[in-house]
Amino acid sequence: MNNDQSFTDQEFKVVGTRPKRPDGVDKVTGRAKYGADASAPGQLVGLMLRSPHAHASIKKIDTSKAEKLQGVKAVVTAADLPDLTGGPGDNFYILENCMARDRALYDGHAVAAVAAIDKATAKKALKLIKVSYKKLPHVTDVDKAMKPNAPIVQPHIQQDGKPSNIAANYEFGHGDVEAGLEEADVVVEKSYKTEQTHQGYIEPHACLASVSPDGTGELWVTTQGHFHFRNVCATLLGMDISKLKVTSSEIGGGFGGKTHVWIEPVALALSRKSNRPVKMVMSREEVFRASGPTCSTSMDVKIGAKKDGTITSAFIECRYMDGAFPGIWGMLGGMTAWACYDLKNVKAVGIDVLCNRPKVAAYRAPSAPMMAFGVESTMDILAKELKMDPVKLRLHNVAREGTRASYGPTYGPIGIEPTLEAVKNHPHMGARLKKNQGRGMACGFWFNIGGQTCTDLNIGVDGSVSLTVGTVDVGGSRASLGLIAAEELGIEYEQVKVHIADTASLGHNDTTEGSRGTFSSGMATIFAARNAKDELCQRAAKMWDIPVSAVVWKEGKAVAKGKRHNNLAPLTIQEIAAKSPTTGGPIAGHNEVTADGAGVSFASHICDVEVDPETGATKVLRYTVVQDAGKAIHPDYVEGQFQGGAAQGIGWALNEEYIYGDDGLLQNAGFLDYRIPVCSDLPFIDTKILEIPNPNHPYGIRGVGETSIVPPLAAIGNAVTNAVGVRMTHVPMTPPRILKALDEAGG
Amino acid sequence: MSSVLVSTTINGDPIEFACPQDESLLEALRDRMGLTGVKEGCGTGDCGACSITLDGNLVCSCLVLGVEAEGRNITTVEGMADGEKLHPLQQQFIDNAALQCGICTPGFLISAKALLDKNPKPTEKEIRYALAGNLCRCTGYDKIVRAVQAAAKDLRKKKR
Amino acid sequence: MLKVGFTGSLMSSVNGQAQVDVEAGTIRELLSRLVQRYPDLAEHVDQGIAVALDGEIYRDDWSKPIPDGSAVFLLPRIQGG
Repeated sequence: MNNDQSFTDQEFKVVGTRPKRPDGVDKVTGRAKYGADASAPGQLVGLMLRSPHAHASIKKIDTSKAEKLQGVKAVVTAADLPDLTGGPGDNFYILENCMARDRALYDGHAVAAVAAIDKATAKKALKLIKVSYKKLPHVTDVDKAMKPNAPIVQPHIQQDGKPSNIAANYEFGHGDVEAGLEEADVVVEKSYKTEQTHQGYIEPHACLASVSPDGTGELWVTTQGHFHFRNVCATLLGMDISKLKVTSSEIGGGFGGKTHVWIEPVALALSRKSNRPVKMVMSREEVFRASGPTCSTSMDVKIGAKKDGTITSAFIECRYMDGAFPGIWGMLGGMTAWACYDLKNVKAVGIDVLCNRPKVAAYRAPSAPMMAFGVESTMDILAKELKMDPVKLRLHNVAREGTRASYGPTYGPIGIEPTLEAVKNHPHMGARLKKNQGRGMACGFWFNIGGQTCTDLNIGVDGSVSLTVGTVDVGGSRASLGLIAAEELGIEYEQVKVHIADTASLGHNDTTEGSRGTFSSGMATIFAARNAKDELCQRAAKMWDIPVSAVVWKEGKAVAKGKRHNNLAPLTIQEIAAKSPTTGGPIAGHNEVTADGAGVSFASHICDVEVDPETGATKVLRYTVVQDAGKAIHPDYVEGQFQGGAAQGIGWALNEEYIYGDDGLLQNAGFLDYRIPVCSDLPFIDTKILEIPNPNHPYGIRGVGETSIVPPLAAIGNAVTNAVGVRMTHVPMTPPRILKALDEAGG
Repeated sequence: MSSVLVSTTINGDPIEFACPQDESLLEALRDRMGLTGVKEGCGTGDCGACSITLDGNLVCSCLVLGVEAEGRNITTVEGMADGEKLHPLQQQFIDNAALQCGICTPGFLISAKALLDKNPKPTEKEIRYALAGNLCRCTGYDKIVRAVQAAAKDLRKKKR
Repeated sequence: MLKVGFTGSLMSSVNGQAQVDVEAGTIRELLSRLVQRYPDLAEHVDQGIAVALDGEIYRDDWSKPIPDGSAVFLLPRIQGG
């Protein structure tokens, strides 16, 4: 059994090619089933009643009339769910967000739910539920929430003995930034703001819950982590984890927003109460109001440098708006802020602040894009001040193998310098710009994670291979995993079929997040395949009646080595599998691994824009992504991640924001006014995949899914700044904001 | 609200169904006829995931009432392939990796087909504007546009 | 003997030190010895911690052996999206 995860630097036969993905036909014919596509006989429609106030105490909920309505089979409020007040933070917050107990903490916070025979009846029932609210003062702005007399969102969270909305304060760095400023020839500083955005997955949250009176349950759900959902839902409903079976549907986008439960525990509670299956689907408006968008921020950056461009002091403080429940967003951002650079004196401060807005969830490299906007914009300000080329300035201060990272550890082999060199030499940098056009570049960093992974590899009697994994396929990883299994076994890609198992069929698998899917399941697949090869060699030895030490696996076959056995023709998988019933039974390779050492990844982006000085409208003319992937197992899907992350970043930079009124209510809870990029907004997005192998993965894989959303805010910010001649400090840079900035600059 | 009996043609087949007068065609297709290839992304006509053609015209089925299907011809993604032979658009979407999560794909296929039925040789700009009513959050549209360009070529070759 | 570094937020749990010396062969041993010496660290270890060895971040694999002379750093537990 060879579970060594070190990089093997091998020549690949199938890894790195571009075969068709295995789930493609189902997805282009409408056969693939997503969260809302399953139905069960006798199913009820579940609907949620949500708070119309930004902050209110719930005096009383009278559900009697709703319960009496014909066709209503169950009504649920917090009274039907466990009271976890005072218990461990995580579960308390999760449940409180799923169903408010004493207070509604944001516009859209769930306060009750019904299950009825059809949608019309459920809607009527919601109207019959009488909730007595007492409105409370609310706060939706991160800076206002930090002020001494701000309305308090979670009174048990305290600073200096007093209730506070400041939930946490994290600091990272080394050296002495003040002393560093003394050494500097030039000091630049700026403050920035970024508004709240949503992951914007096209598929709303949806599930089909079915709980039986015998205490077992089934949940069909669109999710990034069905094992995590199982653990949380079972715990919240007081069920044994093994009694709840969760099946992940195909997922219509997640980007971090489907790593948490939102409606699922309530759907299960409704099903348990009514003893019927309950289908619950969020409307688009509910998705915006009551799932998990990302933080808005406000931040201050200060950089000091010598005339030659050497940075002597690098500081950022970023205040993250967490919504109504505390998260670790300040911590994640603080760790990534200065990661691209080799700095003697560096400090990054991340602060988590509560507001009356929905609970923030992860959004693709969570917290990193905001601080990168501040850092990379200020790097350009510094470059201008020093009359230095922006890429050269970054290269002058770039982190390398052996650099002490701004978040602490010393880097192994990393890709930031290669991406910057690639950008410097890219034809995009030399293309001519016309009037009102500007070019910007920026870099970014993300950690990537590994995690618990469990994989089965089974060989059918015809020699075809069934690979069963537990990581939800969000972006096409099934193709990559099939390639890895085929590579390791030495067989054709088409001989492998990849399945995503439900929670009853495999041991625990962590959620697909943190760019871990291909890395972790890939590693488990390699180890499972190695186990299978050992077993195949055992069987061949039996078939030949020779010691197993004389058998090796080579190019998809068992080969008997040594002169004594050279009369034995190699055996294929098919031949060995055909005889498996008599050589020991089913042939399988299995692996559980806690994949770790996922390898950090870096990216540099270049962007050209044209800004209409009359309307402030920005057109993206050209966009290039350069990112280190370690090893691109299936290059089409690596490119897809680069392009997708860039597109989300472009939308965030130019148009997307949550707009709250003075009444604390969300004004643009729909795709019309929450404007994500459409096809005509974007050009083709060029990609360049660099491969600096991750020393901790047999194939050198690094996570790729997230990093591409980190540079765009600043790349666009720098491009727009260069186009209009005024520094952009507020994301999104919508037409009114650009015009306002131009006005204020007198021009 | 009482239900109305509707007689219509879906993907070439004569179909009858009953639905309340305020039910959308999207809901009727998905919930009454099990045609779950048509997706609800927003319910308000902003995302295009529910795209179908109605008598050859591209529409968002969430903005059409179920009863309006009476006597009309509906095409959904389930009707694009010819038996087990995929439509060139479907094949090119797979070959060009023009889908990641795939939720928007049925809508894009219907919209792209509606475009190519009217304009067999679209420019890149024409493709982008024709597809601007379909939202995709995963791909950045790059490979989708390339797939449509490739399919347009395939279809023009077939015609000759 | 390993030199173990701490990031800002964790420093307060180790009496404000940026670096301490510890003997340990695996991540598990390292964390257990540190918690013995600095009980305030226990809360962070329970809530979630990551260990960087020569620049590579490890979150879960506590049986990972730490080669002599590795540069070790303790970080809060990262997650993704």
